[in-house]
Amino acid sequence: MELTRREALRSVASKCVPVVTAALAVPAAEAAEIRLEPAAPIGMLYDATLCIGCKACVVACAEANDLQPDVRLDGLHQAPEDLNNFTKNIIKLYKPQEHSLDSFVKQQCMHCLDPACVAACPFDALWKNDENGVVAWEPSKCIGCRYCEIACPYHVPKFEWDAFNPKIVKCEFCRPRLAKGFEPACTSVCPTHAVIFGPREKLLTEAKQRIDATPHKYFEDRVYGEHDAGGTQVLYLSHVSFEEIGLPNLGTQPIPARLKWQKRIYKFLALPLFLYALLTSVMKKNWIDHQKELLEEEKQTGLRPQL
Amino acid sequence: MTSTRKTKPTISSHLKRCGVPRRDFLQFCTRLMVAAPFGLAITDKATAAEVAREIGQAKRPSVIWLHFQDCTGCTETLLRTSKPDLADLILQVISLDYHETLMAACGHQADAALDKAVKDNAGKFVLVVEGSIPTKDQGVYMKLAGRPALNVLQDVAAKAGAIIAIGSCASWGGIPSADPNPTGAVGVDDIIKNKPIVNIPGCPPNPYTLLGVVFQFARNGTLPELDELHRPKFAFDRVIHDHCPRRAHFDAGRFALQYGDEGHRHGWCLYKLGCKGPDTHAGCSTRHFNEIPDVWPIGIGAPCIGCTEKHLAFRIPLFDTVPIHDATPPDTYPPIHTHTGSISAAGAGLVGVIGGAVGGAAWVATRRFTSSEEAVAMIEANCEKPHKDDPHVEGH
Repeated sequence: MELTRREALRSVASKCVPVVTAALAVPAAEAAEIRLEPAAPIGMLYDATLCIGCKACVVACAEANDLQPDVRLDGLHQAPEDLNNFTKNIIKLYKPQEHSLDSFVKQQCMHCLDPACVAACPFDALWKNDENGVVAWEPSKCIGCRYCEIACPYHVPKFEWDAFNPKIVKCEFCRPRLAKGFEPACTSVCPTHAVIFGPREKLLTEAKQRIDATPHKYFEDRVYGEHDAGGTQVLYLSHVSFEEIGLPNLGTQPIPARLKWQKRIYKFLALPLFLYALLTSVMKKNWIDHQKELLEEEKQTGLRPQL
Repeated sequence: MTSTRKTKPTISSHLKRCGVPRRDFLQFCTRLMVAAPFGLAITDKATAAEVAREIGQAKRPSVIWLHFQDCTGCTETLLRTSKPDLADLILQVISLDYHETLMAACGHQADAALDKAVKDNAGKFVLVVEGSIPTKDQGVYMKLAGRPALNVLQDVAAKAGAIIAIGSCASWGGIPSADPNPTGAVGVDDIIKNKPIVNIPGCPPNPYTLLGVVFQFARNGTLPELDELHRPKFAFDRVIHDHCPRRAHFDAGRFALQYGDEGHRHGWCLYKLGCKGPDTHAGCSTRHFNEIPDVWPIGIGAPCIGCTEKHLAFRIPLFDTVPIHDATPPDTYPPIHTHTGSISAAGAGLVGVIGGAVGGAAWVATRRFTSSEEAVAMIEANCEKPHKDDPHVEGH
């Protein structure tokens, strides 16, 4: 007969409760665990005071990663406006006014110690290497949900909107080059050594030495990425405010730790699948009820149901 | 001009006999080294003296030069190489045994000279072809001593050691082959299939490229490495755009938009005037003509027409731009935060009003629809006997 409001709610609740409790119970236990840091994290140190904005790293990155030049701005120059599906590495300019203190900044994946994108990825298509800590993308596992794009506080992963079989494009620390024993393309071509490659610990020491050697030269006399967002493997030194050059103040807590159980209910698309299952069951119940109603009507009137 | 000796002297002994100073010859060798820095065996030496020794040991190469549908510009460029004495020098260094523009003979005498030059050096001489060859209507559009140019080329080429097609016309047709190509003009490539052919396209080409190829053939009996269009790599491996003196203006996005405008007067990039430099492989931007700096089209403010490329010059309009194959970053920078779209309060309000209007209209429509349904139900109910409550009332 008619599905009353009370009945509907009861039906939903009876199906929901065990699933939600199961979903919450597992992650609640896991949320306490701290992500293991990679055994020997590698890193990059970018010193904005040394960068001359030659864009050699931008070209080297595109060549090493087989990226076609992004000429969408004027059809002539490789002039990306931001990181995008053709650009894994970009040099930007901070220039608030004419003749004011300006700075270049290099943007690429920060390779966080506890990355938000990896936590957000439902199928581990984005994964963090336990050994060197590189955050890499696995095409066979990606379903194109773009949760990573939204989760990343630095807006690094980019989606190929115009491709038939789209990929997620992001800096992967030149994985193939690392495997062959080379350093990343960007650090290998930098003419002023504004960006250098090495173990994260060594780079931290180097950065602190630079700060100690020239007090008050660097912004807040600190290294961005030492503790920011739980620590990143790409470290920054700058003479202007980090926030001004696109490095937001994220606190010292890793992003995934803040999300707690939310990140777990998206694992394997649990929440969307659950919602779809719920909707399907409601629709099925309605359909069966409707069929019953029709049968009854036919019995009463003796006429076949008409549209 | 034709040599009577069967065996030719070496270049160095010939120069000595003619009283050409060694200094001039060394200067010439230096220029050849500059013109062909890489990939040519004869100039791949550390000093000009070594190049001079290498070239000096070569026998004077016999060169037979045939003119077809051309403007003689390629010959002129060979003669106008730097100072006049250098042109003399070139004629001393190679043995130019037949050349219609330079020879004194004419008529039957000239015809006999060609026969003799071919017979004396059969299988050894370098055949230089200037101009395209008409093929339409059995080649009647050009005749030499009463015979179609096509047949003359086939006869002489059969006995040549190597063939050099000089200029864009001989390489692939050039101006005479431009649409609608009334004479069916083609390059040497399309007629001679069984001989090594080196294309030296250009309108005109740099004479040092020709000399480099001729010397290497005379000394080693080999031809330099060629690209897919049969151009010697040592002269045609680079893109003009990559060595262009106006490149900085391209990177900065400063373009001349019209002849004589401010940008043109300031020497800005000519790309938007139709410069084919980004798609053209040639050494013009590094080896200027007549050894005078900036004597080449872009240097004097005229866009490159792409004369060394088969698909550019005389094929596409002068002012059409070409695609940039290797786009490089400009010398401008994106800002830290790129502008993303935002919605103003007024815009949001407007969208809300439209949405509300649509929603309201929909609601009114459903009301009307329901009421008409109800009306039908009522009519039906009036016709029959009402036996139970109207079901529609309960639904709402």
